[in-house]
Amino acid sequence: MSIQVQNLIKLYGDAKAVSDISFEVHSGEILGFLGPNGAGKTTTMRIITCYLSPNAGSIKVEGHDIQTDSLAVRKLVGYLPEQNPLYHDMNVLEYLEYTAQLQGVGKSYIPQRMREMVEACGLGEMKHKDIGQLSKGYRQRVGLAAAMIHDPKVLILDEPTSGLDPNQIVEIRSLIRELGKQKTVILSTHILPEVQATCNRVVIINRGKIVADGPIADLQRSLHGGEKVVLEIEFPDGQSFEMISVQFKTIPAIETVSLIEERDNVMRFSVETSSAIDIRKELFQLCVQKNWGLLELHRAQTSLEDIFRQLTSDVTK
Amino acid sequence: MNFQNIKNIYLKELRSFFNSPVAYIVIVVYLTILGWFFVSNLFLNNMSTLRTVFEMTPFLLLFFAPAMTMRSISEEKKSGTLELLFTKPIKEFEIIAGKFLAAWALYFFTLLPTLLYYITITSIGDLDTGAVIGGYLGLMLVGAVFLAISIFGSALTENQVVAFIVSLFIVFALFILDKVLFYLPPTLAVILEYISVDYHFSNIARGVIDTRDIIYYLSMIGFSLYLATSVLQKRRWA
Repeated sequence: MSIQVQNLIKLYGDAKAVSDISFEVHSGEILGFLGPNGAGKTTTMRIITCYLSPNAGSIKVEGHDIQTDSLAVRKLVGYLPEQNPLYHDMNVLEYLEYTAQLQGVGKSYIPQRMREMVEACGLGEMKHKDIGQLSKGYRQRVGLAAAMIHDPKVLILDEPTSGLDPNQIVEIRSLIRELGKQKTVILSTHILPEVQATCNRVVIINRGKIVADGPIADLQRSLHGGEKVVLEIEFPDGQSFEMISVQFKTIPAIETVSLIEERDNVMRFSVETSSAIDIRKELFQLCVQKNWGLLELHRAQTSLEDIFRQLTSDVTK
Repeated sequence: MNFQNIKNIYLKELRSFFNSPVAYIVIVVYLTILGWFFVSNLFLNNMSTLRTVFEMTPFLLLFFAPAMTMRSISEEKKSGTLELLFTKPIKEFEIIAGKFLAAWALYFFTLLPTLLYYITITSIGDLDTGAVIGGYLGLMLVGAVFLAISIFGSALTENQVVAFIVSLFIVFALFILDKVLFYLPPTLAVILEYISVDYHFSNIARGVIDTRDIIYYLSMIGFSLYLATSVLQKRRWA
């Protein structure tokens, strides 16, 4: 077990930022930490990295308690805060050297580690520039490089891809995936495709409480029982949505039919079933039978976005 | 305590003093003001002494010490880099000590050119070298007290202006203490005299190095740095 969080509570004044959460992260796992703004993601990460102290509960990182053995924890963890802590009057190499020294990297290893990090984060051209002159994307890379400078066992990244352009995002994600093979990574974000692209597991947190914890596939299955199919059909003239939807309902498994879009004679529907049955064959046969022109037919997965909305909006709960 | 950590912080701070205009402004302005006071009545007095240096410097330090250190911690708080320092394996005291030593070193480099006055005066008259050494020792100690207090001021807030004014207030209060003794009952006056920075300085500046004065300075420095450290610790455990 790499990280163990037990019954963590953090109060800001009277407000509970984090109320009684527990979760575990295994070594070699990339955990996505999701939640709306103000849910307590950053607070939790700050406690794990010893920036803030908890009001109650315990956290162990690789067996070291964050309160009694704080220095050992801080040696093990690489942390990229949400507000990237850079010194704007230093150049990239100076900053990496300084963070390596603070982290206690051996003097003889520092040049080698700096070279590796400059390479891994694509900072080659910028390494002699002052950080104050860099664009947001490059600053983010510098922050990442600094977080990984001591080759930490545990990496905690608070919104690591914010401010990056799409190409950089892809690069950083693949870097994180690569790292996640040997390290434990916790990554917070509210960009949902990012979680799907990089993480093995997600913890969703809302108002300081964990509302879901598990592999993405499991969450998708448990939260949405039925299947959803999207189809686009070209009809002969004079058909209305009501008439067609009655035809669809002849297939017993179908529960709801809704119109997504209509133009000329082409209509786009989404069809939902109550249980997990594949109805694509029946739909196809219906179209053949009625002589409708089937233009498109595919199964829509419940996206993480749907799960996220279901769990974190207070209206549905 | 890990001296390597203190050294890392110290070197970084010192480099940022000399990479920015701060160090040069402090040195140039201090030497200009002091130089004017030193030269303007040097021949009028017709005495071979560095008294002006020793009398003026503590007074100038009232402003220079808070100005030199107002960025020290408050800027780290404001820009979020305190989060970097706090999540590295360093203790709060090591951060404070490194920053204090860097400010003290800058102060040392500021005083260094005034040795030219010493060379000038000894070449044209007799100078009591013992008193000069005592005077410089005293200046280094007074500076250390003011800087340590100002580091504490900087730890209190993320606003540099507030840090400057709070520090100025504290060091000014300590400085004027022995000038208001006249108005106070004798029992209280003795205590206040002991706390006063200037009282101990005047002993050392005469060339009398008394352990009581040294202990006073060291305890003032220690106490201020302790307070600054507690402010940082309190922030983490708040």
